Amino acid sequence: MTSLLASLMRPGVFGSLLLAVAFAAAWEWLPGLAGIPPFIIPPLSDVLAESLRMLRIDALITHTGITLAEVAVGFLLGCLLGMVVGYGLGMSPTAEMMLSPYILALQIAPKVAFAPLFVMWFGYTVYPKILVAVLIVFFPVMVNVLGAMRTVDRDMVNLVRSFSAGRFQIFWKLEFPASMPALFSGLRIASTLAVIGVVVGEMVGGNTGLGYLLVFGEGQANTAMVFVTIILLTVIGILAYAAVIIAERSVLHYLPKRNLGPA
Amino acid sequence: MAQPRLEFRKVTRSFPGKGRGRGLVEPLVAVADVSLTVADGEVVSLIGPSGCGKSTLLTMAAGLDRPTKGEVFVDGESVEGPNRHVAFMLQKDLLLPWRTILENVELGLEIRGEPRQSRRAKAKEQLARCHLDKFYNHYPHQLSGGMRQRAALARTLAVDPDVILLDEPFSAVDAQTKMILQSDFGATFAATRKTALFITHDLAEAVALSDRVLVMSHRPGTIIRELTIDIPDRANPFARRQDPRMGRYVGELVELLHINERGDQAPNHGGNAHD
Repeated sequence: MTSLLASLMRPGVFGSLLLAVAFAAAWEWLPGLAGIPPFIIPPLSDVLAESLRMLRIDALITHTGITLAEVAVGFLLGCLLGMVVGYGLGMSPTAEMMLSPYILALQIAPKVAFAPLFVMWFGYTVYPKILVAVLIVFFPVMVNVLGAMRTVDRDMVNLVRSFSAGRFQIFWKLEFPASMPALFSGLRIASTLAVIGVVVGEMVGGNTGLGYLLVFGEGQANTAMVFVTIILLTVIGILAYAAVIIAERSVLHYLPKRNLGPA
Repeated sequence: MAQPRLEFRKVTRSFPGKGRGRGLVEPLVAVADVSLTVADGEVVSLIGPSGCGKSTLLTMAAGLDRPTKGEVFVDGESVEGPNRHVAFMLQKDLLLPWRTILENVELGLEIRGEPRQSRRAKAKEQLARCHLDKFYNHYPHQLSGGMRQRAALARTLAVDPDVILLDEPFSAVDAQTKMILQSDFGATFAATRKTALFITHDLAEAVALSDRVLVMSHRPGTIIRELTIDIPDRANPFARRQDPRMGRYVGELVELLHINERGDQAPNHGGNAHD
């Protein structure tokens, strides 16, 4: 308990909390004082009231759950695909040379622009949303994995080879574990992108998920509803990011701790 | 004489010239016509100017590279690729950061498919020999440079090679640690009766640790001189350093390498990352 109190009193944490309180207060009272109408910026209390209304009437939990599930599935599938392709291309320089111009083109194409296409293909189901997420998650994961495979220390490879390791052993004992830090920085980026992919998919078609509520709220000119939805989407993004961080801490436990000052 | 442990027979290694496609560029000859033998239990040092192809010889002995001409033999067998007889050790410790020290030492045996129990026992034995028995479960970043290099030696010895190849294993540690490591290595080589080919830039180190010193020329590298170090007590480099003959040998090597004439290219001053 004392340690919790002590950590709350650390200058950084204390400042953060203070900032949060100041922000909430500013949100509640500043728009009114500045004469900004509630349909532009609804005060915090309106947004809280709206969220309770949405819980009762608009099945907010169901929509949030659907979006969360789509993000989770899209993220996992996209990461898996990115890893498979990244490691695969890393193992085969020929394949990489052959495919790299197309991968580059696809990487440059704005992935969210595929959302209407996927809706046309798969209708108002969860699949187009997951597919956009997969597509958008795929690249940072693949690019990071491939980059890590290319930059494995040649002397390390030679060391493992000198023990008569086969190609698969070189991968499994050296390249795969050596790529973990890069993989995780890809996953961090991917976790936030997954939310973007799903929301865009939901905004384009269908009547489920937070992306749908976002468009619905806009159509009703219900600014508070839009705010509630944005906040929930952020929460989902934070959950996804936190999941990556927790996994990263347990996998990369061997890295020297960065000096974060007195704990 | 018995069969040499390691033998280079008229070995030449050249690399294709740079700038292919823009006319014929002469290939780069790294080493030319090198013949040398290392007998069982012998420690032989290889010294020479930067870029003379010392490391190229080592990679060929390890089976990681093939000669353009000539052949390399280990225990009378032509080296066709990485094999069980040879293990190498570099300036970098090459410890895998995600493995504990014990797991790092087990790496070679693990790759060769040795069962867990016996490879663990062998790894512990080598770590104890290298005075690291208190650090089994530490990660490499928790150890000092000297300790890491000793762990690298333990990993090299754990696969029980007939021939150990060392490429400047002490050049990345500070002067005191270096002396301690040299003495550790000297004692270990004597105790295990390992055969070693040892590349170094440090002339005193070469004399203190070896039975023979081979001097290489500028590129294309070839062996220009062989010096038999006739000082007793190879197992104890500290004692050897006290010997009056030590200075004479080092002086002779300085002459051979023309270090006194070319102040700009003293071989123990420098980055030889390219050879």
